[in-house]
Amino acid sequence: MSFFTKFPEMERADLRDLKKGIDSSFKEFSRSWGESIEAFFDPLFYFLVKFEKLLLATPWPIIILIVAALSYLGSRSWKLSLGAAISFLLIGYLGMWNNTMSTVALISVATIICIAFGIPIGIAMSKSDRLQAIITPVLDIMQTIPIFVYLLPVVMLLGIGKVPGLIAVCVYAMPPIVRLTNLGLRLVDKEILEAADAFGSNYRQRLFRVQLPLALPNIFAGVNQTIMMALAMVVIASMIGVKGLGVPVLQSIQNQYLALGLMNGLAIVALAIIFDRVSQQYGKRLQRHREGGNDV
Amino acid sequence: MSEYKIEIKSLYKIFGPNDKSMVDLVANGLGKQDLLDHHKHVLGLRDVNIGISANSINVIMGLSGSGKSTLIRHINRLIEPTVGQIIVDGKDVLAMAKEQIRDFRRFGASMVFQKFGLMPHRTVLENGMYGLNIQGVASGEAEKRAKHWLNRVGLSGFEDRFPAQLSGGMQQRVGLARALATDADILLMDEAFSALDPLIRADMQGILLDLQNELHKTIVFITHDLDEALRIGDDIAILRDGELIQKGSPQSIVLKPADDYVADFTKDVNRARVLTLNTLSHATGSKEGLPLNSDLSIEQAMQAMIESDHNLVTVMKENKPIGQVSLSDMVGAIAKPKTTDSGASNAYR
Repeated sequence: MSFFTKFPEMERADLRDLKKGIDSSFKEFSRSWGESIEAFFDPLFYFLVKFEKLLLATPWPIIILIVAALSYLGSRSWKLSLGAAISFLLIGYLGMWNNTMSTVALISVATIICIAFGIPIGIAMSKSDRLQAIITPVLDIMQTIPIFVYLLPVVMLLGIGKVPGLIAVCVYAMPPIVRLTNLGLRLVDKEILEAADAFGSNYRQRLFRVQLPLALPNIFAGVNQTIMMALAMVVIASMIGVKGLGVPVLQSIQNQYLALGLMNGLAIVALAIIFDRVSQQYGKRLQRHREGGNDV
Repeated sequence: MSEYKIEIKSLYKIFGPNDKSMVDLVANGLGKQDLLDHHKHVLGLRDVNIGISANSINVIMGLSGSGKSTLIRHINRLIEPTVGQIIVDGKDVLAMAKEQIRDFRRFGASMVFQKFGLMPHRTVLENGMYGLNIQGVASGEAEKRAKHWLNRVGLSGFEDRFPAQLSGGMQQRVGLARALATDADILLMDEAFSALDPLIRADMQGILLDLQNELHKTIVFITHDLDEALRIGDDIAILRDGELIQKGSPQSIVLKPADDYVADFTKDVNRARVLTLNTLSHATGSKEGLPLNSDLSIEQAMQAMIESDHNLVTVMKENKPIGQVSLSDMVGAIAKPKTTDSGASNAYR
């Protein structure tokens, strides 16, 4: 009867050996490969540092002008542009300028990396059902696995600092762009693709002239989600030594500094809202052909 | 070289995982339903042989599920056949490599779709240019040619609109202009006008006939509408359950339906409009009666006879009398033929 009342567990010693084995072999791996892996990510580190320095070195009025101009270019809305400028002025006035620049640098680089890898992966996924079946569970893992669980091996390999932080942000933020690129491409009307084929389009022409433009609204929703998720990771990233708005938030949690946490938290929210509204408005403008209405 | 522009030879299409192994069964007479019930394969086309003459409108008609859309997609190989040959200008399309097929689609045959197949993110002009972009025509030249064809189908001034801003009829004009712009000899039209309402459809048929008078393309036109087939077709082929039932001129289809299925199709047709004096004319040597041209329809001839108070026509071809038709001949031809076996003809409804 003991079979039914007590779960048939693995022997305790065996389990311990298994865990030890995994730990020691990963340590071994990290000792022998850590440096070359770090070297591999060096260009990324270099780029991130340069970009951050550039943002910090640029006089603040110019940054605010650039923010306002980019907001306007993206959304074609004066209100949004003005709102973005005021938010940045307020952030600066409340002493959060440098941290905000660091965070903007991190989010921008993370988003670029996610787009650069996510869209091609999404395209490949849309082409093959088998690849989709393989990648989908990987994306599920990336989104649901507790962040600290993969933070640990990353830190063991690369130490603490900007690059592991960036990797952690990318792991968490990349799934939406991959998923939505794949979905968007798969949702393109079969009739339109048939028409493209019937006129002799090759794979490239079909992809770039028909499929991607028609999937753009979905892909853009993916970019938007990726930015939002990257911002959500800012505080976590600060735990492994990434500078930015996350650091004071973390401090405020440890020391019960209510006002500090609130201000920096709201600065993250302000960034999120600006990025979100601008990218959404831009995405909407890409769809102007959908505004049908028989005005003939 | 054969007399046909496109020749379809013993073409079979069976949908399913083991399609090749089903061909013998189907060739030996296994029916569509049996194939589905016992072998889980769907019969698309069975031993189709059709010759399509150059410079004419060839209509392929049948009800839904008869395989007509499948058939037209074999010509530019949007669908791979199970077995068979499709010879276009002496070359077997089904033996072509990928690049050759692409070139054939770019330069040899363009297509018009039932649901238009326009690209919603491109303007009318950009849609018209699509085939030319794919051909690699320089953009200035492509724009010029696309504008020319858009103008021909009556869409000047709409170049910068998006398809969603146009009515169905106008969208299909864009589809037609896009297909014509590539300058391909062959125009494949898959139920091109079926999604349009009747007045617009008649309008589009008129546009197509006008263009064809000048362009003399080889047009393969799919439809389920016999009136449409009779109006525009130089030649009509009728498909049922993936098999070719009858092929011939509109008049021969109406006058001599091959079986009850075709007879059922044709029984409600306005025969006075389809039949011409030519088909009824019988040589008598006499030159009495109203002289009328041989390709006038009975309807037109009767009108002329009533207006001039005649009841006999002398049929003229190239200004020479070739025979006569009396009013009672005409009435006889227009009257609905008796169905030989009404039970069988009802079975097809």
